[in-house]
Amino acid sequence: MKFTIAPLGDNSLIIELGLDISREIQQKVKKVSSFFEEKTFDWVIETVPGFTTVAVFYDPLKIQSDTLPYESVCEELKLHLEKLEVEEDSRPRIVEIPVCYGGEFGPDLEEVASHNGLSTEEVIDIHANGEYIVYMIGFAPGFPYIGGMSEKIAAPRRSNPRLKIPAGSVGIAGKQTGVYPIETPGGWQLIGKTPRKLFLPEGETPSLLQAGDQIKFVPISIEEFQRIEEDEK
Amino acid sequence: MIKITKPGLLTSVQDLGRYGYQKYGVITSGVMDTTAHRIANLLVGNDENEATLELTLLGPDMEFRDDTLISICGGNLSPSINGKPVKLWRSVLVKAGSKLKFGGCKTGCRAYLAVAGGFDVPEVMDSKSTYIRAGIGGHNGKALQNDDELSIGKPSELSRQISEILAEERKDKAFSEMKWTISSDFTVSSVSKPHVRVMRGRQYDWFTTDSQMKLFTEHFEVTSQSDRMGYRLKGPELSLENKQEMLSEAVSFGTIQVPSEGNPIVLLADRQTTGGYPKIGQIATVDLSIMAQLKPGDKVQFVEVSHEVAQQLYLDREKKLHQLKQGIALKIRQKTK
Repeated sequence: MKFTIAPLGDNSLIIELGLDISREIQQKVKKVSSFFEEKTFDWVIETVPGFTTVAVFYDPLKIQSDTLPYESVCEELKLHLEKLEVEEDSRPRIVEIPVCYGGEFGPDLEEVASHNGLSTEEVIDIHANGEYIVYMIGFAPGFPYIGGMSEKIAAPRRSNPRLKIPAGSVGIAGKQTGVYPIETPGGWQLIGKTPRKLFLPEGETPSLLQAGDQIKFVPISIEEFQRIEEDEK
Repeated sequence: MIKITKPGLLTSVQDLGRYGYQKYGVITSGVMDTTAHRIANLLVGNDENEATLELTLLGPDMEFRDDTLISICGGNLSPSINGKPVKLWRSVLVKAGSKLKFGGCKTGCRAYLAVAGGFDVPEVMDSKSTYIRAGIGGHNGKALQNDDELSIGKPSELSRQISEILAEERKDKAFSEMKWTISSDFTVSSVSKPHVRVMRGRQYDWFTTDSQMKLFTEHFEVTSQSDRMGYRLKGPELSLENKQEMLSEAVSFGTIQVPSEGNPIVLLADRQTTGGYPKIGQIATVDLSIMAQLKPGDKVQFVEVSHEVAQQLYLDREKKLHQLKQGIALKIRQKTK
C-alpha cells in the first residue's frame, strides 16, 4: 500500500493515503484503521480516520528508543503499513436507516423538490434509492460524512440557519446528505427524520455508524416511526 | 461533600480527557490547562488524571460539608476561605462548614480545584470530563449549577498523610496551608506578553510567504469569540497562495487553522475531532498551558520551533513533572515518619 507520513503535532501524525474522495481511497483508509484495531501498539492512544487520511495520536513516553519518538514511530509504522493490501472482496457493512420523510419531520422537503423541479415523492424516491457510503465520522458525535447522493436532489443550505435541529433529522446541504445525531444549530435543508439513535453514549461503540459503512435509507410511515422510537428507548 | 452556592461563569468537572472515541466523532473534552490540573492533583495525593473542577474567570462559591484536603492551581481568581485569602499551588486542609469563594481574576483565565479522592461522578466512555454539548460526563453532563452537591471519592494513603501534616497546624482555624509550594518552573500561568512556541502546520506551505512571516513576527489578540472549543485570534490577515480546498482530517489540541476570511483559530480542549481548514501551525504541547490561560483581550506572540525541538521539550517537561511527583511523595513520607 502506498502512503506518506507527516507530523500533525509533537505527539501525533497523519498517514496520507491519497488526495481525492473516492471509494478506492476509502477502502485504504478503512484497511489502515482496522489494522490499528487488530494490532494494538501500547504507544497508540487512538486513531482518527479522515476522507483520505488516518491520524495516529501516540504517547511519546511509551516509546523506548535512542532517537526522537516520531522517528521510531515512523520506522515501525512503515514496516507494517508497507505490507498491507486492500482485499478486493471486502464487503462493507450495510446499515438501514429508517426515515419518515416530509411533514413536520421534513419541513424543507417541498423546497428541495421545487428547487430541483421535482415532486416531493420523486425526491424521496431518489434519496431512498441512493447508494451511500460513510467516509468518516466527525463534526458531532456519530455524525456521518456520507458520499453518494444524487445531484438531482442537491439543494443549497438555508440562508437562515435554524437554531435547533432535532436529533435524528435527515438533511441535504449542497451535494451532501447527512443525519444529525444530537440537537445542534444548522443550515441544512431538512427532508425527514429517523427514529434510530446515531449517538449511543452508553453503547459499546458510541456511534451507530462507522467509516466504511454502506447506508440504506428506508422510507417509513409516522406509525412505524413511533413504534421504532419506542423500541429505541 | 461540597455544595455549590454560586456556580460562577463556567465551572465544570474535567479530567485529562476522553480518548479512544474521536473516530466516532466524540470530542476529547478535558481540562484546558493540563499542567495546572496535574499539579493540583499531585498536591492532594491524587492520580494526575483524577477529575478536578475547572473554574473560568469568575469562580464559584461553595461550602465544604466535611474536612477536605484541596489545592487550587492555575490562574489566580482570588480564592478565599471564610474571607481569608488562600494561596495557590499548595496543599490546603479545609475544615468542615467552611466557605470557599472566588473574587476577581488577577492572572490567567482558569483555575483548577482538586480535592483528595477526586470527584465521585460516573465515568462515561472512560472519562469524567463534562461534554456539555452532548450532555454527558461530569456532573449530570452540565456545567455546575446552584445547589449542586458533589460527592468526593476515597482519598489515597498519600492524601491521608498530607491531611495529617496539615491537621496539626490547623487547630481551630478554617484552613491550614502547606508551608512549601512547588518550583516556579511549573507555575507560569500568566506572563504579560506571552511567547508561545509553534511548529509549522501541515498546510504551512499553502500560505503566502508574507503570511508565513507574519505568523511568527506579529502579535495576535484573543477575541471575545473564544471558548473551550477554540480561540479566534485577531491580527494580520493570513492568506493562501492559491485557493485550495482541503478535505476534512483530524486536528489536535493546539492546531492553528485559518478559515478563508484570514483570522486564525486555535483549537483547544472542546475542539471538533476533524477540521477542513488549512492548518498553518501547531502549538508545541509544552506551551498549551500558556495558551489556555489567555483571556479575551490578551495578546500572544508565536515563536517558531522545529518538530524535533518540540518533541525534546515535551520529553524534558514530562521528566520534570515525574520528578516533581516523586519529590512530593518523598517529602510527605519523610514528614510522617
